[in-house]
Amino acid sequence: MAIQENKSTLEVTPRDDAKFWKIWKTAGILLAITAVEFVMAFTMDRGLLLYFLFIALTIWKAKYIMMDFMHLGDEVKPLFYSIIVPLIFLVWLVIALVREGTDIFNLRW
Amino acid sequence: MSTTATAIGVSSKRGIWGGGNEPLKASYGKLMMWFFLLSDIFTFAAFLITYAAIRVSYPGYAGSMDTFQGSNEYWPIPELVFDAFPFFHGVHMPLVFVGLMTFILILSSVTMVLAVEAGHRNDRKDVVKWMLWTLLGGIAFLSCQAWEWSHFIHGSDGGTVLTYVNSVNKVVNETVFGANLVVNEYGPAAFAQLFFFITGFHGFHVTIGVVLLFLAFYQAAVGVYERRGHYEMIEKIGLYWHFVDLVWVFVFTFFYLI
Repeated sequence: MAIQENKSTLEVTPRDDAKFWKIWKTAGILLAITAVEFVMAFTMDRGLLLYFLFIALTIWKAKYIMMDFMHLGDEVKPLFYSIIVPLIFLVWLVIALVREGTDIFNLRW
Repeated sequence: MSTTATAIGVSSKRGIWGGGNEPLKASYGKLMMWFFLLSDIFTFAAFLITYAAIRVSYPGYAGSMDTFQGSNEYWPIPELVFDAFPFFHGVHMPLVFVGLMTFILILSSVTMVLAVEAGHRNDRKDVVKWMLWTLLGGIAFLSCQAWEWSHFIHGSDGGTVLTYVNSVNKVVNETVFGANLVVNEYGPAAFAQLFFFITGFHGFHVTIGVVLLFLAFYQAAVGVYERRGHYEMIEKIGLYWHFVDLVWVFVFTFFYLI
């Protein structure tokens, strides 16, 4: 395992600038959304509207990470759906546990 | 269609039922990484939804922002708890440090995509360069988290006077500094417990990620992938690393913003 063995045995293709800058553009979008969330946390009143916007922006960011960074959108459809469709169970979990928490609140306070 | 060169060739000799086919057009390793990540999504989702359930079972802090006092009677406002920054002792800088951590992790995710992209082009020099940046980002994030935890555990100068049941089941009234699993100066005991479990479990994932990143960086540098003929390992570790970033995006929203 000599590190000097730098002779390339594989054919190196040059960088595609369009692809390179597309990655940085996605990065810019992610950082911008985070900055917007940050500003919203200090300028808006706390309440359901703010929480809704936070969750919407978070899911939007998650979409960029999964589609552009993890390339899930480039996989074949069966693989794409076998990752995305099971997440539907989480909808039930959110409804069930938040309902449970609300009931505990009403009993306790 | 994936543009990636995968590890497994297509078996033309054995036909449809002879094995060696790739119905999902992804190699075994990549497929298993995706399904592992799916199971991990459920684990983290369970943690975060539990946070939501416990959060709604407590009243929120309703008083004015300036006179905020921690209490185990109501849930604290995160921006009033996480307001410290290294070397700025006593300065109120709400969420600045955790914002910095988010930026570090997103940027290290970006350099990871760049490493994967360089791997597709078999460009060893670029792979090594971007893996090194990713590795540094991961270590920087872990260091920040260590500071964050240390500050959370040690607490503020004044502490908070609380009445609570201590670890030997006795009701006591005393000044509490910082946080542990029994009591904390910020809010109900569950607040610190959830903080430790959620950010701790995420930090554990980052730690594993840093180890994997180092392995991939080293193997790329000494030419293991070059001899193997493809850089798919970078891609698989990349998937894991992006997932860690993905989870942090949700932790940031649910724990620090809401």
